[in-house]
Amino acid sequence: MDFGPYLMLATLEGAVLAAVLALMASGLSLVFGVMRVVNVAHGEFYMLGAVIAWWVTSTIGGPPALAFFAALIITPLVVGVMAVAADVLILKRLNYDPERTIVATIGLLYIIQQLTLMTYGADARPVVPPFNTRLALPWVEWADGRLQMFWPWGLSIMSYKLFVIGAAVVVLLGIHLMMRYSRIGLLMRAAQLDSETALAFGIPVERVYAIVFGLGAALVALAGVLIVPIQQAHYLMGGDALLLSFIVVIIGGLGSLGGTVVAALLIGLSDGIISVFFSPTLAKIIATLLVALVLVFRPQGLFGAKDK
Amino acid sequence: MSKKSELKTSVSRRSALKTLGLGGGAAATLPLLTRFASAQSSEPIRIGFQKHATGIGASYGRWYDRTSQAAIKMINDGGGINGRPVELVTEDDGTDPKRGAEVIEKFATQHNCDVAFGTLFSHVVIGSAPRAGELKLPYFVCSEGHHVASGMLNRYTMQPGITDVKSQVQAMAPFVSDTLGKKVTMIYPDFAFGHDHRDFFSAAIAQQGGEVIEMIAVPPAETSFTKYFPKIPRDTEVIYHVMVGPAVLTFVKELGEFFGPSRPEIFGFIDSLEAVDLASPGLEYLEGTYFWEGNPRYAQPNQTSFDKNFRAAVGVDENGASVDDPNDISTYAHMFSCWETLHVIKAGMESAGYAGPKDRGNLIEAIEAMTEMPHSNEHPQGAKVFNGKTHQVFGPQYISKVTDGKLIVAHTASIEDTLYPDEVDYTKQSL
Repeated sequence: MDFGPYLMLATLEGAVLAAVLALMASGLSLVFGVMRVVNVAHGEFYMLGAVIAWWVTSTIGGPPALAFFAALIITPLVVGVMAVAADVLILKRLNYDPERTIVATIGLLYIIQQLTLMTYGADARPVVPPFNTRLALPWVEWADGRLQMFWPWGLSIMSYKLFVIGAAVVVLLGIHLMMRYSRIGLLMRAAQLDSETALAFGIPVERVYAIVFGLGAALVALAGVLIVPIQQAHYLMGGDALLLSFIVVIIGGLGSLGGTVVAALLIGLSDGIISVFFSPTLAKIIATLLVALVLVFRPQGLFGAKDK
Repeated sequence: MSKKSELKTSVSRRSALKTLGLGGGAAATLPLLTRFASAQSSEPIRIGFQKHATGIGASYGRWYDRTSQAAIKMINDGGGINGRPVELVTEDDGTDPKRGAEVIEKFATQHNCDVAFGTLFSHVVIGSAPRAGELKLPYFVCSEGHHVASGMLNRYTMQPGITDVKSQVQAMAPFVSDTLGKKVTMIYPDFAFGHDHRDFFSAAIAQQGGEVIEMIAVPPAETSFTKYFPKIPRDTEVIYHVMVGPAVLTFVKELGEFFGPSRPEIFGFIDSLEAVDLASPGLEYLEGTYFWEGNPRYAQPNQTSFDKNFRAAVGVDENGASVDDPNDISTYAHMFSCWETLHVIKAGMESAGYAGPKDRGNLIEAIEAMTEMPHSNEHPQGAKVFNGKTHQVFGPQYISKVTDGKLIVAHTASIEDTLYPDEVDYTKQSL
């Protein structure tokens, strides 16, 4: 493949990954930013999103588009409610102590994973995308003294993948607006800034925490629903998701939504481009190296604020 | 301070008591063990089944289990082995090499199994076989890897139920170069099994006057594949693909999406679509492409009575799916190996007069002495020839073409096409 079309394909593939990563990591970042809880079970909520999406679409049946959009609404709600329950039953009772919540969420990770294995099974199951047309992409070249458009071999993207990118942008914009302008966003920011003072001002911090934990899980579950028509739902898919979310959040700065999005773009695009031109292993090496460098030279992340 | 040390002694006293109690319990069971040993002839023969129940090999594990249970039922209905019933002792290895070795140890020391059997994934085989050799536990693998016949493993590891990758690809190369094209791009998983494909197919196609113009290795845990495909050179005539793991459907789908309407010829190993419905959305482009199959998934027009019997016993319909659930597609191209291996174990134990673990060496020698295995209910995939020196079986291979969404056999490679010179003589190793 020529260099130009090759680069374009790599960028598009990277953008899909970046979109999904941004959704996953913003959930993790939100939970850490507001609650100071490192949620190790985050990847399992992603897996639950994919598995429940499979379950919803196969139960509803009918036209794939209808079943899929039903899953897109139902799944994040279900996972969000489960996460709220986990918050009320477990995290709240540990007083959101940073060390103990890490151990508790590790336990949660295994419980969710094994329950899924026992009920859903160890198979990878597909969900039919609502639409999936192959869009051949044009490229331009200089020929016969003028620019000409042509359709290079293999340069294409599926319409569904474009939808994933678009959906991620819309949802992230929605989260940003909610945090910035809504009342609940204000309460969240207050709890994030200083939970004790917020409590003193009559903000129900524990309820805000429960909502934040549910929202974080719903976001990553939404990423799971979006990815499942491209990949398949599998009970072990949460592991990679967790690792990548951490990488993105560390680079972007824990608790910074903007930083998370920038870091997701950086990791997603570099993974797409490096793995196309060199090797996927090199892409992972570079991402991990970047994490190490950020931790050494800018521990608060590229966009994180220094602890005062 | 004194309180602390007091606490310490009391804890250690308690744990000492516990240990004593455990030792006493163990001692009490000893006479029981010897009593069983004297009545061993009526005891069932215990076959340890190393099952990929979880992890990336889980769909294979499910069907290997069903096939093995069906074979055990057939053996027991026919009077068992040497008049003793046969029992399958199943342990999950998580499709993980480290866990695999632990499972082998459990079979030998805890479950008192007579033999171990059933592993598919080559990295688990390679991880487990050394332990089986140390424990002198006969270990029958169903893995296709060339590691048995290459001499990498040991005298206690055998592969009598399925052919290895080297002989499979050697038999495929003439068909690929004559029918499909000479310039081949290979896409394979980046571990032992994929490396066997890479090494032996590129050698075999070179012998046919063709060449592999690009080799694309994909990590076995990969979930997204489009980024690998631009490496496919434009002048590729044939894509040769083999993939494993939970993401195989994504792999094949994205391959089709990449090519769109202008695909080259495609030759795949059915591993890329084992346990996956050929009618899955996005696979329509496979119409007219070719697959290697160890055993044809769809019942063919000239189906033998042996295949019919095998399908009925395992519970597989004529489309290769479970009779209970048409969406539950079997791993038909591979799972016959469990059935055939268990029958080889039976034949070996009978000719060795196997009575208990002390006869394990005799069992190995009896199987090493085997050669011809006729096409029969015991060997429904086809007639086979066993090589006692390399511990590897040889048999027919099938190439099927996707026609109207089904796999129809287009070419059958004979045993002769699959033979290659011996690389090891395990019979020279001590027992």
